[in-house]
Amino acid sequence: MAETTLNDDAGAENAEATAARPTNVLIVGVGGQGVIMVSKVMATLAQRAGFEVKQSEVHGMAKRGGGVFSHVRFGHKVFSPTIPRGEVDVLLALEWAEGLRWLNHLNRSRGTFIADVKRIVPPFACRNRADGAPLGYSRETPKDVLSRVRTGYALNASGMAERLGNPRVANTILLGVLSTALDFPEEEWLAVIEQFVPPKTVEVNLRAFGEGRDWVARHGEVGPDEEVDFSPPAGLETPPRRPRVFIERAWCKSCDICVKMCPERCLELDEAHIARMRAPERCTGCRLCEYLCPDFAIRVLRLPQDASEEEASA
Amino acid sequence: MHKVQTQAPETPGRDDIRPLMGNEAIARGAWEAGVKVASAYPGTPSTEILESLARYPAEEISVEWAVNEKVALDIAIGASFAGVRAFCAMKHVGLNVAADALMSQTYIGAHGGLVITVCDDPGIHSSQNEQDTRLFARLAMVPCLEPSDAQEALEFTRLAFELSEEFDTPVIVRSTTRLSHTRSAVRVGERGSAPRKAFVHDPAKSVMIPSHARARHGRLLEREARLRERFAQAPFARIERGRKDIGVITTSVAYTYVKEVLPEASVLKLGASWPLPEALLKEFAESVERLFVVEELEPVIEDELRKLGLRVEGKVWFPRTGELSPEVVRDGLVAAGVLEPPPAEEEALEIEPLVRPPVLCAGCPHMSTYNALRYLDVRVAGDIGCYTLAAIEPLRAIDTCVSMGSSIANAIGMARAGTAEKPIVATIGDSTFLHAGIPPLIDAVYNDVNITVIILDNSITAMTGGQHHPGTGHGIRGNKTHKVEYEDICRAVGVKWVRTVDPYEYGTLLKTLREAVEYKGVAVVIADRPCVIDPVKITGEPLRIDSASCIACQACMNLGCPALTWSDEWHEGHHKVKIEPSLCIGCTVCAQVCPTASIQPERTE
Ligand SMILES: Cc1ncc(C[n+]2csc(CCOP(=O)(O)OP(=O)(O)O)c2C)c(N)n1
Ligand code: SF4
Ligand code: SF4
Repeated sequence: MAETTLNDDAGAENAEATAARPTNVLIVGVGGQGVIMVSKVMATLAQRAGFEVKQSEVHGMAKRGGGVFSHVRFGHKVFSPTIPRGEVDVLLALEWAEGLRWLNHLNRSRGTFIADVKRIVPPFACRNRADGAPLGYSRETPKDVLSRVRTGYALNASGMAERLGNPRVANTILLGVLSTALDFPEEEWLAVIEQFVPPKTVEVNLRAFGEGRDWVARHGEVGPDEEVDFSPPAGLETPPRRPRVFIERAWCKSCDICVKMCPERCLELDEAHIARMRAPERCTGCRLCEYLCPDFAIRVLRLPQDASEEEASA
Repeated sequence: MHKVQTQAPETPGRDDIRPLMGNEAIARGAWEAGVKVASAYPGTPSTEILESLARYPAEEISVEWAVNEKVALDIAIGASFAGVRAFCAMKHVGLNVAADALMSQTYIGAHGGLVITVCDDPGIHSSQNEQDTRLFARLAMVPCLEPSDAQEALEFTRLAFELSEEFDTPVIVRSTTRLSHTRSAVRVGERGSAPRKAFVHDPAKSVMIPSHARARHGRLLEREARLRERFAQAPFARIERGRKDIGVITTSVAYTYVKEVLPEASVLKLGASWPLPEALLKEFAESVERLFVVEELEPVIEDELRKLGLRVEGKVWFPRTGELSPEVVRDGLVAAGVLEPPPAEEEALEIEPLVRPPVLCAGCPHMSTYNALRYLDVRVAGDIGCYTLAAIEPLRAIDTCVSMGSSIANAIGMARAGTAEKPIVATIGDSTFLHAGIPPLIDAVYNDVNITVIILDNSITAMTGGQHHPGTGHGIRGNKTHKVEYEDICRAVGVKWVRTVDPYEYGTLLKTLREAVEYKGVAVVIADRPCVIDPVKITGEPLRIDSASCIACQACMNLGCPALTWSDEWHEGHHKVKIEPSLCIGCTVCAQVCPTASIQPERTE
């Protein structure tokens, strides 16, 4: 057993204070990943060990791909259902950026951070339509982050699960890692997991749990998997450009195709039913109007950002 | 006299102890109290209450979804008149809808025990506001119980029925998101046998005409006085003696935060926040040097203490908005000079949090409807449901959203204002339409307004987790029942132009919507396609994108489908797109908007 959250290595706290303080496990991820299932396993385990347990989460948006978190607190007496900031003993993240979101809730002197490096990129990260816009996803790499927490594990649990032949057991692998940070007997973990997983998948789940434990044994305290130390995706090398749409009024035959097809709704027909740019700030320069105009009345240029107005109209 | 208790944790014997969510505990309490009739309309965070009641046998208890909260409360009231114990549950804003019935029923009282659970949402996790139900309780002069954990949720709900009958009043059990959705160990009991009484014909009590109502109003004041005395007793009041210099009056989940951060204080824990036990409050106030009130949202208890002339500190230190938490309570106590400021934190790790708002599901039928509306460039009065998510990027296709059912009448008002520069469209979900959308539709026809109404018929109440409603043809226990037809309703109220369209057929959808907005008068379009996750999870062959021909125009990305994301390749300064096969359900909508036909079925070779 690597360590227990009930023991502070600094030895600063006396046993009584430690016994009085509940253990706090925060489980985070994205809707649909099974955060609540994982926290139920944790809660049931603590309950069987005779602790008072509170498990708290906010339902509602859970299925809608938003961030989901669940607080599990257990001890001799638990009051607040939520973990006070800075008091999290173990932060278990089923998704990378969600782990980062909650990192500051982790106790700096005794906390353990466990994260699957799986990245679920939300549609919101892809909303910037500007030329050369970066993906709006966290840029911290596992290496950056692990060097800044006391005990941290970053593993590709999703990849390991796929190799086990069932992507759904990633959470069980993470439970295996979690089990090394808490003081419950292995048989108890196995018994509770068995109770929660579909009967047909018991065997693969038990194996997954073992893989999680082995991973910790192999990788020691810190040290990300080589394979998981991703760096952010390459950005665009060329400098960003400014789009400019030119419409040859005389050639426009008022067919309205460009107006209907512009993804950003930049164009309209003016009083004379001739295409006109009405929202240049929304134009991304995608050239759809240029491609689709049956009479070649539209030309899209991508100018350097600092092009003067004369150059632009030249 | 009230009983002063110190905390004595009972040792669990061979009792039946189960981990229950606050909502499950409330349902269990109602069942143990012998409830015969339960009715509700879903709403986060209250939904699971009725769902868990529906797991008890139908012979014991009638459990049904109502079409809205007023109907739910009226049904419960009817059952109470008929002599059995009756229950209904709703979220805080549901009580606005049911308020009319409550305001009169409080005069009438309760024959069979009548209990209403109202779940508030401090912090607005999943609502349109964070109103405090305790103010409603005071307005209606109805007792309001406030459990602080799941065990109390069960016990208080059970007791609420006894109070209701003893004091001849409806009783509100107020929960909050935190209590409703926290699971902890609960000692459960057996189902008691509730009294079954006969209907009593007593018009002076049960028929609220002015002469009767005047007489009843005075009775409420007596009832209030008697309740004050009862609420000074256990289990509704408990004093935990601690430091003499600091006393805290608190209730609900706020109590647990106080115990967490200031365990040594003297605490008066109230189990009922209206009406308050004045004598006990005074006595406690006098026994401590400095008196605090820690309560979530409005200063209900604090104001009452001030009326009694007591010196008290509350909202000066603790916020009136948002959810409380141990941190917030600690910050308040630090500001008040009661707690030492925590040692300066090591510099926080600077990490910019990823923006991850909830999104429509991959293949959600609402996507194409709102995408089409964006193309049409219309003014959209929105409503409440999953589809409200179309208000944010990238669909950004909803201009207003007020309360359930507001869209249609909001659209009428916009049309009547005469300032419209664009066609006016109201969009409303099927469950929301049945809840509160039919009267304004009648109004639109009656007053001959020029608007388009889109009923987003996904055959479920999706936002709250997938509940049946009269348009699905099934009841809460999965039983088959009559299925409402929207076209029939529209025609019956006089709508002349009604079309049903499949939102997965993008071209037809766009054409139909265009015709609808051009029609002069009330046009109704029913966008008919089931939700992809409830009641059955829909799956299908994922599509793939041919990266070579993708021109990165982002037309598909504007649907906001979470299965679509940027690939690592670029085209003229823009990201090319890829499909995450584990999420895509193959609805083909993105393929229909792709101008280069780059989105195709996965080739099976
Ligand atoms: C008065 C009131 N009651 C209940 C709710 C909770 N609520 C929010 S959206 C919704 C129903 C949404 O169902 P539907 O209109 O069918 O849209 P869908 O989510 O299926 O797209 C409910 C019940 C509320 N916001 N207000
Ligand atoms: S739950 Fe249904 S209605 Fe809601 S976003 Fe998903 S598919 Fe759409
Ligand atoms: S077909 Fe396109 S729009 Fe439909 S689920 Fe797949 S990626 Fe999303």
